[in-house]
Amino acid sequence: MNENDTLSRVLYIDLTKKKFWVKGRKELFEKYLGGTGVATQLLMEECPEGIDPFSPESPIIFAVGPLTGVFPLASKTCAMFKSPHTGDLGESHAGGRSAIAIRMAGYGAIVIKGASEIPVYLSIHDGKVFFKNAETLWGMKDGSIPARVIRQNEKGEGLRAIFRIGQAGENLVTYSNVITETYRHFGRLGLGAVFGSKKLKGLIVSGKRMIEVTNKKEYRKLYNDIYNIATDSPVMKKYHDIGTPVNIKTLNTLKALPIKNLQKSTSESIEPLTGEEMAKNHLARRVACAHCPVACIHLAYLREPYEDDPYFFKTTPVGYDFELIYSLGTMVGIYDPTQMLKLIDKVEEVGVDAMSMGVILAWITEMLERNKISGADIEELQIKWGDADAYIKLVDKITHPKTAFLKACAKGVDFAANKYGGKEFAMQFGKNEMPGYHTGPAGYLGFLLGARHSHLDNAGYSIDQKELLDNTLAPEKVVDKLLDEEAIRQILSSIAVCFFARGIYNLKLVSQGLKLLGFNLDENQLHEIGRQIHLNKYQFKIREGFNFDKLTIPERIYETEDPTGQITKEFIQTGLDYAQKQIN
Amino acid sequence: MKLSVKDAMRCVGCQSCMFACSRRSGNAGLSNTCIGVRSTGGISRGYTVIVCRSCKNPPCANVCPTGALVPQKNGGVRLKASKCIGCGFCKEACIIDAVFWNEEQNKPVICVQCGICAEYCPYDVLELIKDEKEVSYE
Repeated sequence: MNENDTLSRVLYIDLTKKKFWVKGRKELFEKYLGGTGVATQLLMEECPEGIDPFSPESPIIFAVGPLTGVFPLASKTCAMFKSPHTGDLGESHAGGRSAIAIRMAGYGAIVIKGASEIPVYLSIHDGKVFFKNAETLWGMKDGSIPARVIRQNEKGEGLRAIFRIGQAGENLVTYSNVITETYRHFGRLGLGAVFGSKKLKGLIVSGKRMIEVTNKKEYRKLYNDIYNIATDSPVMKKYHDIGTPVNIKTLNTLKALPIKNLQKSTSESIEPLTGEEMAKNHLARRVACAHCPVACIHLAYLREPYEDDPYFFKTTPVGYDFELIYSLGTMVGIYDPTQMLKLIDKVEEVGVDAMSMGVILAWITEMLERNKISGADIEELQIKWGDADAYIKLVDKITHPKTAFLKACAKGVDFAANKYGGKEFAMQFGKNEMPGYHTGPAGYLGFLLGARHSHLDNAGYSIDQKELLDNTLAPEKVVDKLLDEEAIRQILSSIAVCFFARGIYNLKLVSQGLKLLGFNLDENQLHEIGRQIHLNKYQFKIREGFNFDKLTIPERIYETEDPTGQITKEFIQTGLDYAQKQIN
Repeated sequence: MKLSVKDAMRCVGCQSCMFACSRRSGNAGLSNTCIGVRSTGGISRGYTVIVCRSCKNPPCANVCPTGALVPQKNGGVRLKASKCIGCGFCKEACIIDAVFWNEEQNKPVICVQCGICAEYCPYDVLELIKDEKEVSYE
């Protein structure tokens, strides 16, 4: 890598001692590029084996990539930690301004260790770390208010990222988020709770540096090539126009969209929630991550009247995308967009993962229907499918749990179902709640392999739709395809490009881009590094207890109609046995 | 030639303009940008786009103690870097914060109305008016 590139600087912060220092880790970045690759190594170095994720010694790692701040769409930060939700690898990616701000502040990675005795937020500017007292911010009901206070008290307008947790993170709900720039999340595996356990309310980071390239002419040309594809070609159109909710209609037609806890996979009532209808009736504006011209973040305006004054309205811009419409819409039987937006707004306010919360709400509803729990377990709330107001109250009760049942729900659906039953319809895979794809066996194998980062997202749904609709493939072939695709994805998340840009950044382009930053790696070498990073992640997972033999599969996936008709126990088990041999 | 913000409501905060401006130096990053995009009280409220208005009687040049900022015939200023001592008075004098600062050089970065930012704006937020007669200084 280039001699003057500040990417190799790793900022270490000790919350216990209120100290910080920087180490040059050029060798690490030259071997693993950045992002996921570097963060995995830093996690291996810093995380003691078998540690409680809430122990002060449990580290938080953030890493950005060499292409961040250099080319468009390279705007992801990779967070790594030990997950309090699954007990193994916690990996979560977010955009916003996070990656650009860390890179422009002059760091390639940040390692946070220890725990503060008082609530703090970290202020990282001009090569220094300030430990700011966040006592006054702790416990605020609406998570956006602490962000506003930090914004008003700190410098770096337009160049800064502000990370923060909500009440769920403070209360150690194991699927709580860290939110950045209001609408982007380090979601899924409980980074928010790890922040909470360290009394870390948030952090702000800013900077404005130059990054040298080896050939200015080549740089301009390659930049323009990438920029033009991103803005003019059909590759990014889906994300740019309707956004990811374009999939709602497609999956519903295919019978692949989870409805009411996956009791069904299609519904005639979902029309108002389709991306097309949402855009027509609710889309207010779009926003972008820093250094990404695509602007895939879709915001709807939620207009709620006040009961006591008909001439007052609460108007809130609420972000929506495919996963939110699935988890807080179809999964819980809410088909009215305004009701769904209200529930999304609540989930954002407390700062929990939307997918996990949606799956848990759906599971609770079914547990009540089947009389497996009583009203007393949920403090006598009246819950039924589609009732957003009741779900909003339930979200509050789960994030401030008083009953034993609600306390279990704050630890995820797998934990709760192990105690209270209903495992056959507790929609988790590897203890993580499912995303919105009932596409076929490849999707489920992908969830179970835990091959991708936290989103449980994987190439499986694409294999289901492209190769298993009218044909069949041996489970072994499916696993080979999944693992091969993952090697490439590890490179993307290491350099750190958004996965939505996978149609632009093939390994040849990555190799050309990296050359301008002083990395000489051809496509084959990159592929090999990707494979190695993937194995390193499994090494950590297995060290912390991930075990193919311990995976449990909810029976429901075999019962509900899917597009391929090929979700069978035999297919899944053969695939898992084969995957285990490939990885061990 | 005058750069102006046509419609800030269409700004998505992608910073393509800022990176394009800084890339004039040939390198990556943001050190050299003289256009700014910031949220208007949080991203939920939209963005403010800050560009130099190329004032006819530029306050930045008026406070420069060394004559490093030279007013131009049709408005705006040019920086003579060799005269600049990095005092930062110009930055303080610009009430719309359109004098940006290169921290690595400790000198201001001044808009030369080249319009590269407008070329890289995917949403028509910015425009460069090339015909002097069409330029309005309102």
